[in-house]
Amino acid sequence: MERAGIAPRPFRKGDNMAKKKQLVENLVHGLFLLLGLITVGCVLLITLYLVVSGIPAIREIGLADFLFGRRWASTAAEPAYGILPFILTSIYGTAGAILIGVPLGFLCAVYLAKMAQPGIRNIMESAVSLLAGIPSVVYGLVGMLVLVPGIRRLFHVPDGASLLAAILVLAVMILPSIIKVSITALEAVPREYEEASLALGATPVETWFRVSVPAAKSGIAAAVVLGVGRAIGETMAVMMVSGNAPNMPDLFQSVRFLTTAVASEMAYSAGLQQQALFSIALVLFLFIMLINAALKAFLKGSKEG
Amino acid sequence: MLNNKLSGERKAYILLMKALMLFSVAVTAALVLFLFGYVLIRGLPNISWELLSTKPSYLTERIGILPDILNTLYLLLATLAVGLPLGVGAAVYLTEYAGNRRLVSLIEYAAETLSGIPSIIYGLVGMLFFCQFLRMKTSLLAGALTLVIMNLPTIMRTTQESLKTVPQSYREGAFGLGAGKWRVVRTVVLPNCLDGIITGCILAAGRVLGESAALLYTAGFAHAVHGLKEGLLSPGASLTVALYVYAKEQGEFAVAFAIAAILMLLTLLINLLAALVQKGCKRRTSQ
Repeated sequence: MERAGIAPRPFRKGDNMAKKKQLVENLVHGLFLLLGLITVGCVLLITLYLVVSGIPAIREIGLADFLFGRRWASTAAEPAYGILPFILTSIYGTAGAILIGVPLGFLCAVYLAKMAQPGIRNIMESAVSLLAGIPSVVYGLVGMLVLVPGIRRLFHVPDGASLLAAILVLAVMILPSIIKVSITALEAVPREYEEASLALGATPVETWFRVSVPAAKSGIAAAVVLGVGRAIGETMAVMMVSGNAPNMPDLFQSVRFLTTAVASEMAYSAGLQQQALFSIALVLFLFIMLINAALKAFLKGSKEG
Repeated sequence: MLNNKLSGERKAYILLMKALMLFSVAVTAALVLFLFGYVLIRGLPNISWELLSTKPSYLTERIGILPDILNTLYLLLATLAVGLPLGVGAAVYLTEYAGNRRLVSLIEYAAETLSGIPSIIYGLVGMLFFCQFLRMKTSLLAGALTLVIMNLPTIMRTTQESLKTVPQSYREGAFGLGAGKWRVVRTVVLPNCLDGIITGCILAAGRVLGESAALLYTAGFAHAVHGLKEGLLSPGASLTVALYVYAKEQGEFAVAFAIAAILMLLTLLINLLAALVQKGCKRRTSQ
């Protein structure tokens, strides 16, 4: 860092005072260093706790039985701890939310970044920030009272609390991040690219979708990955609309996600059951770390590209 | 003129894309309007002074949300009081002090990682570390400390952005007059990035208000009225947790919608404040 290169020159009049001043400077420097390292400490703390508390149950149950077991019955007389239904539900739910949310958010972003008049753009951008600010329990509440009965009536299923309801809620919840990150990526495309395309006779719409979008592709990929992270980590809204039964994923069945599996049983769990919940959290954490690594790679690509 | 020469296929493509874009924007706008309209219409009529100023009573079978409002306020205060010095300090270290590039990228990577971790994991680790290991039990303080870790990256990033806009010449001027580094930071750099710190505060406040999963097992579900000091040491439900309990476990939808409407109004307020501060800071930098 260049800024750090400018060292304060100690004032050489009273040597004692200069020494004292130096001492204070060093103390303050050390203090700020400590504050800077807190984030690193927190990440280590979280990793450590999840690994230490997540490993015992996996050891007892067996890694294969735990990850690929199809039955979760933690409170049964003969308990079974297979989390394949949760893993698959989380993957299907996230994929569904991405399938709906990404096209919607992406097209919105192209419109707002390239076509919209400044007035409309300002209004829509504040609307999108509002959407991002709505607490997840409010999404859950509206989902419970609008979406769930709606699905029940529309598809004639006994209960609307299902994977489909969770997918729809998640799709709305990831919209803001996808729109915001995609807009930023589209704005970063050099004007020359677009001007060249227009000069060659392409219309504005063709230019946006065939020149600007490909040029911004790694930024848009980052938006998608960010959406995946948000969707896979969401807990409360999903807990309120997905029914929470540990079934294998099916669009119209009550399902349980990795996040909701942890949250719904934590309150009354003990012993191996509780340890198994920590192991679920560890699996979720590993998923998130993978997604983070992908996000970092895409963002790096968009900076270089 | 150009349009006359376009082939039918190209015209169709352009029309289709335009229609799809307009459709997406319309859907997004409709979603925002619907969510706010629905929650406010169903929630506002249920808000009464009695609801806001009492606590739930089994005797009269009435529900009041005063304890939840107070708990949320205490959480907010405690989170900002602890999180602000930590986040601002970390940002100051990164932009003013750090000389080691590797260390800087390590700290920034850690902050990015923190901002990607789902809140339920924070809740779990908060429960293990603050409630059990540090023996705080289930309390608002444990909840607030969990929220501090969650909000560190936000406060850090906004402060850092703002520190970068303080002109280098200010620092050089102060150094030239013989000031030490700490003095420069204290009297020149920090006062000039106040707007960034305030923006960070507002954003963090928004997240504290909306958070629920991290609080379930750190701050608990109790609805008792306490003072600040007592309140921090005892368990308590925030507005969001109360909403969840009333809606999912007790089926009290009128109260749930009233809380949801309050949360929506607060979200609106926080967005307005953030926009105002950002506008003010843009005006200042353009001068």
